[in-house]
Amino acid sequence: MNFDDYRGIWIYIEVKDGHVAPVSLELLGAGRALADKRKTELAGVLIGSGVKTIAPTLFQYGADVVYVYDDPIFEHYRTEPYMRALLDCCHKHKPEVILYGATPSGKDLASAIATDLPTGLTADTTILDIEEDTGLLLASRPAFGGNIMATILCKKYRPQMATVRPKVMKALPPDPSRTGKIVEEHIELREEEMRTKVLEIVREATKKARIDEADIIVAGGKGMGSKEGFQLIHQLAEVLGGAVGASRDVVEAGWIDHHHQVGQTGVTVTPKIYFAIGISGAIQHVVGMQNSDLIIAINKDPNAPIFQSCHYGIVGDAFEIVPLLIERFKEEIPKLKAAADVKEEIRHA
Amino acid sequence: MLHIVACIKQVPDTKIIKMNPKTNTMDRASAPAILNPYDAHAVEEAVRLKKKYGGIVSVLTMGPPPAVKAIKKCIELGADEGYMISDRAFAGADTLATSYALTKALEKIAKQRPIDLIICGKMTIDGDTGQVGPGIARRLNIPPLTGVNKVVEVNKEKGYAIVHRKLEDGYEVVKSQLPCLFTVEKDINDISFAPLPNMIKAARYQPTIWTADDLENVDRKQLGLKGSPTIVSKVWAPPKPEGGKILTGTKEQQVSELLSIVLEKKELFS
Repeated sequence: MNFDDYRGIWIYIEVKDGHVAPVSLELLGAGRALADKRKTELAGVLIGSGVKTIAPTLFQYGADVVYVYDDPIFEHYRTEPYMRALLDCCHKHKPEVILYGATPSGKDLASAIATDLPTGLTADTTILDIEEDTGLLLASRPAFGGNIMATILCKKYRPQMATVRPKVMKALPPDPSRTGKIVEEHIELREEEMRTKVLEIVREATKKARIDEADIIVAGGKGMGSKEGFQLIHQLAEVLGGAVGASRDVVEAGWIDHHHQVGQTGVTVTPKIYFAIGISGAIQHVVGMQNSDLIIAINKDPNAPIFQSCHYGIVGDAFEIVPLLIERFKEEIPKLKAAADVKEEIRHA
Repeated sequence: MLHIVACIKQVPDTKIIKMNPKTNTMDRASAPAILNPYDAHAVEEAVRLKKKYGGIVSVLTMGPPPAVKAIKKCIELGADEGYMISDRAFAGADTLATSYALTKALEKIAKQRPIDLIICGKMTIDGDTGQVGPGIARRLNIPPLTGVNKVVEVNKEKGYAIVHRKLEDGYEVVKSQLPCLFTVEKDINDISFAPLPNMIKAARYQPTIWTADDLENVDRKQLGLKGSPTIVSKVWAPPKPEGGKILTGTKEQQVSELLSIVLEKKELFS
């Protein structure tokens, strides 16, 4: 393997309902920095049905080149056709690095590609860097349940690959004047040879706000004592119009569904306000919420590590503090709403 | 008769493990070794399918000799046969080398009894990657169905399975040819209590144990540390944040101060 043949940083572009997944834009931002440091191209690999029109968006967010595989066979994500297309692209154009979002389909695809090539694959990366001279990718991630950080290297194989956690990297502000080169690719695949078929896609319209999109998250931990005690978390979230989050302990105890789990083995969230109530603050939880704008911790143990990871903390019993908070927010929030309505009326008058 | 193989791993309970702050390595003695929680759901699902359609459930693990305990746990859950590959040659394997060794063992199991379905947990709690299951599927050239949270049907005669695969905002219904490989989510089932006869069987059970030499057509360069493209170059304790401001005063004062901090972001509330 001649390493000099492998050039360029690639991002696997995930598309959902005709739109680029936010994580792919974040990765273009992270990839741009790596490509600049290495003085090489940043490319997006775009696979889907009717996706060619998306390419200009990718240029605006930092891509120099977009490889496009546009065919009805790619209508829904499936491992087999997507893998065939990306392998085809890899063999033709030989990238130095490929990054994927650590999403269900990104992880699925990356695992198949790594095995087939073969090459190394680092999962759930949270910090990325590259050596300017050698092109060695430094992919760092929380390991052992988030107890430590580890930097993973792949010295003897190319391309180097990593999946990257959503909401950790930052997308660049889009630059409408940026353009790039579209390379249309094609691979011969026949539907009757595909071994899987997507029969139906069911979007579950959840009544409650999805926690990865919520502006306000009220998260509770084992300190809430029981499923009944945890109801206080729901009540505060409701008053604030926020979503409910939970630590791993709480999910494992069955107090709440695992869709609500924040942390290394759950969801990474970056809300405007994050309440951590009765949560001790194990690293495995903190890695999932540390980029929130405002973190508020309430815990009765003054030595709980959560107080290291918050902006403001109250040392006290959640069962005394939270009901007070609920009561006060119930009084104050309507006043804010009323004030805003008055302003609106004045503007229209 | 379905032959289902669940791939499992014994892991340290990372939730309670202590780290050696000087070396940044795990103090394995500080945490009990358990059956990876996701794998328990894989075995449970295999046993449920066996009960529904008839068949045999085998479990396979790679690990050091004490990992026999994890296999015994699977026998308690209702698995029929246990296989373990154990050899120093496997040590230090990353996900690529792990899927290679497990695939070689699966090929050997399949020679004795063809495999219709392989079920893995979504990921392990010590590696946290979820890459081994899809890697095995790729090596065996069978379809991987990751993130399965419901099995609708397995039809051996007609050679297909229908499952729900979890998506970020719902699920998709997928039909796949058999054989195929599932990786399963925790919400696919609730673990049943082990009936007494299973407990008794498990206590006496000894799995089939193979070394690297027992496997066929093995390329030793692809095993263990040698066969692992990724290496850990350094480990460090995550940076300690500086810590926040602890509010003081009476409870009422603390709550009032917190209220004004939160309500400052008034755009969220109006």
